[in-house]
Amino acid sequence: MSTASLTFAHAKYSLLETARVPIAVIGSLVFPALSLLFFVVPQRAVAENPEWATQAVISLSVFAVLANALFGFGLNIAQSREQPWDPYLRTLPAPGIARVLGHVFSTGLIGIAAIVPVVVLGALLTSAEASWWRLILGFVAIAASALPFVFIGISVGYSMPAKAAIAVVQVLMFGLAFGGGLFLPPAIFPDWLDAISRFLPSRDAREIVVWAVQGGDLAPWAWIGWFAWTVVTLALALLLFRRDEGRRFR
Amino acid sequence: MSIDGTAVSIDGTAVNTVLASLSHVTRRFGEVTALDDVSLDIRSGQIVGLLGPNGAGKSTLLSLVQGLRRPTSGTVELFGGSPQTAANRRLLGCTPQATALPETLRVGEVIDFVGVHFANAVPTPEIADEFGLGDLLRRQTGSLSGGQKRRLSVALAFVGRPQLVLLDEPTTGLDVDARRTLWDAIRRQHDAGATVVITSHYLEEIEALAERVVVIDGGRVLEDDSLGTVLSRVSLRQVTLRSPEIEKIVNLPGIARQRPDATGATTFYVQDSDAMITALVRSGIPFSDLSVRGATLEEAFLTLTEKESV
Repeated sequence: MSTASLTFAHAKYSLLETARVPIAVIGSLVFPALSLLFFVVPQRAVAENPEWATQAVISLSVFAVLANALFGFGLNIAQSREQPWDPYLRTLPAPGIARVLGHVFSTGLIGIAAIVPVVVLGALLTSAEASWWRLILGFVAIAASALPFVFIGISVGYSMPAKAAIAVVQVLMFGLAFGGGLFLPPAIFPDWLDAISRFLPSRDAREIVVWAVQGGDLAPWAWIGWFAWTVVTLALALLLFRRDEGRRFR
Repeated sequence: MSIDGTAVSIDGTAVNTVLASLSHVTRRFGEVTALDDVSLDIRSGQIVGLLGPNGAGKSTLLSLVQGLRRPTSGTVELFGGSPQTAANRRLLGCTPQATALPETLRVGEVIDFVGVHFANAVPTPEIADEFGLGDLLRRQTGSLSGGQKRRLSVALAFVGRPQLVLLDEPTTGLDVDARRTLWDAIRRQHDAGATVVITSHYLEEIEALAERVVVIDGGRVLEDDSLGTVLSRVSLRQVTLRSPEIEKIVNLPGIARQRPDATGATTFYVQDSDAMITALVRSGIPFSDLSVRGATLEEAFLTLTEKESV
């Protein structure tokens, strides 16, 4: 069997499992949309400025993908490593990359589904605007820019038990979201915070998606940073995956 | 010891190819040594029973062959290569623990999912019928009974038409009927060409299925022989009695071990209780409160272990 078809199979059955317990994904689906309703829509100065409103929608979309990737991978992997079904799957003749990518696609799809309500609410209730092809470009950019989050989530999942993963994922999620300018726009950051922010994958992701949707120039540090984070976190995820022997007890 | 898995004949029984081998394998978990310098070849065509009490190292041994764990020292080969390379597991069949099946997936979906991994998987309805799951394909696995889950787990090992199947305690917790049904299915799969390694702490199960028996305890291989030979060593009977002249009874032939109990009676472990009692009566040694019963496997293992240490 080819790696591609095995990847597809792992993604399909993981989605099927998730879909049978829909409540599990509702949290990640509604949280970003609620944030938009409570924090962006009431601030008319932002909501009525097309440029700012669009950037706010983009930031919360990136946050949706970030949160979904960290929870979807970090927590799911840590939990499944504690259940005996996972060791069984590892005895099947599927190369490691097929299982990693299968997870990427299934959780990625849920992430995309979490963005849709943010975009729809943004279009209806704020002055955010984008032409249809810019919107599509934005989705492509968000999928690509989310890769480091996915690999960070996988690395967390394979390096610690579920109880520790919950805490680490939350710290990472809020740290990356604030530091990357997803809750507050980087324009109001002091210089020192802005400098740190540029080294975070969440800031890189935000800049790339803003560039895809609104046009303009993309600073080289953004895509170089994204590329570096993707390569390093992918290597780490693969290393931890290969080394994994299930949960360790001492 | 490098063996090409494809060189095995179609029926899988005629050629004595090494499918999996461990050589001088030691595996430690921190301070605990789960396997201690174990060397073992699994050859095609056999049903190998891996017999030992809980914690003997059986599951660790299987997890090494499955590629789930690496040995601390020594080498493990599966179809001539590393079990950690996915391609070397194409002809390997394993079972998940029955409690591990993903509860929300349907029986048919679980079988389909596993089947995708193999080039020549058995069609789902066919394997389901073989293991008596034909009517349950639409049921979510969470709704199955213990016996049904167990049958599904074992069926998954055979979905990919494997040459080597590893079954870890496949019938633990099943009633007699369910156990026999499963044994029949495993035997049919073996007749169709699969080599089977089955772990158990039930002597009865090993007796019903295995041709070759490997007895393992404390991480070491104590016995590795044909079923008949091993049975004669581990199938002991307990003869309990009271007597003022115990020391004379100990010298009777065929007594493997003796143990006094708190009530003043003494239990003897013997291979042939009939012969022992005949000899006892002929000797004229006085005795009372005689009772005879089968020894458990754990008791038989103790006897084996003591022989080793002598």
